[in-house]
Amino acid sequence: MDAGPKMTIKNLNFYYGNFQALYDISLDIFPNQVTAFIGPSGCGKSTFLRCMNRMNDLISVSRVEGEILLDEKNIYDPAVDVVTLRSRIGMVFQKPNPFPKSIFENVAYGLRVNGIKDKTFIINRVEETLKQAALWDEVEDRLNDSALSLSGGQQQRLCIARALAVRPEVLLMDEPASALDPIATQKIEELIQQLKQSLTIIIVTHNMQQAARVSDITAFFYLGKLIEIDETDMLFTRPQLRQTEDYITGRFG
Amino acid sequence: MPMRLHKELEKMKKMILSLGTMVEERVFMAIRAINEKDPEIAKIIIKSDYEIDNMEVEVEEECLKILALHQPVAVDLRFLIAIIKINNDLERIADEAVNIAKRMEILTQYENLDFAFDFSFMAEKAAAMLKKSLDALVNLDPELAFEVCRLDDEIDKLDYEVYGMVKNTIGKDCEHVEFYISKLLISRYLERIADHATNIAEEVIYLIQGEIIRHGHY
Repeated sequence: MDAGPKMTIKNLNFYYGNFQALYDISLDIFPNQVTAFIGPSGCGKSTFLRCMNRMNDLISVSRVEGEILLDEKNIYDPAVDVVTLRSRIGMVFQKPNPFPKSIFENVAYGLRVNGIKDKTFIINRVEETLKQAALWDEVEDRLNDSALSLSGGQQQRLCIARALAVRPEVLLMDEPASALDPIATQKIEELIQQLKQSLTIIIVTHNMQQAARVSDITAFFYLGKLIEIDETDMLFTRPQLRQTEDYITGRFG
Repeated sequence: MPMRLHKELEKMKKMILSLGTMVEERVFMAIRAINEKDPEIAKIIIKSDYEIDNMEVEVEEECLKILALHQPVAVDLRFLIAIIKINNDLERIADEAVNIAKRMEILTQYENLDFAFDFSFMAEKAAAMLKKSLDALVNLDPELAFEVCRLDDEIDKLDYEVYGMVKNTIGKDCEHVEFYISKLLISRYLERIADHATNIAEEVIYLIQGEIIRHGHY
């Protein structure tokens, strides 16, 4: 790798009350790459993803040990402002969840929350971002329509646009295409390829073919532990560990 | 939980092994044709080659179907790729058996000529390599596969020996050029059978270890 890691996770343990969900996870996330997390349900991959922009802070009984560094600074440092952090590390969820507002306002939302009032700036940024999210051509003449009038696939791209509007450096995607049809899925996957030119992407997916298609690096999690991480083409042709092979070839359990 | 994919892969293994057995039979028949100088056996080899060809196509179609429908990864993917390539090598081995058979038909015209080289010894060696490569596939035995790769050198030496003999005699006996060329070709066909057996062994190693060792040293 040429550049140093964008994010570094060091000895991360995570607990929901007495239940330990993640065990001693250490790994690097490199810039302008897509890193995929795979593993069976309950393996901790989504929990881990949510640790990366402190979404788990919202769960009162949760506890984090270890460090997550963004550009070498610990995001769990008490001095870190979580709103600023989340504008640097954006997130897209499994189910498209646009706000019940207009298409325009959905994308402008993050800008307004960040205190930007300049109308021309907002209008330009919304257009730019909708283009970046490959949605502009489909919505340019209906920006004031409700976001809920869009199809599922369009709604998901709108949510991606909403996350991109504040120009995050990292985008976390939790099963971003699992509720979409194959065409909409393909569009999201194409979009991921374009977006990685300008930011760093981490994606959780149950669809192993999807991980194989879109990611550069794949990490396999099982029972809260990081089992194997490698370049995606290597992991899917010649995994080093039996456990990984059993999972990706469907020989599990 | 045996998935449908794994049942399909089991089926492929059975198919490639029965093709392997059919091809081995052709090679043994070619050896008999050499030893017994029997044109009838040669005819059977030539006539029945279509069975191998049909089976080869069938194996390939099945593999393509599995690739398209199941998108296998890791060891399953390597297995299928290995099968596709081994399939091709087996079919080519059967073709070499046909080539030998055709040469044997020609050689029956030269029954009273002598050529002091033990082709059956060379043929047995090539057949043994084929058998070992298939055993390595059945048992997923990399050691046996590596052994096949090493044995190839011996066949190459024998082939070169025949080449030397033909080179030395063909000029002295210009009336029987076809006889000597046929001997040389039989040696070359046996050498090719050994090469294909080596390819199969290399595919078995790839299947087990995920490493392509072709064009390398063992």
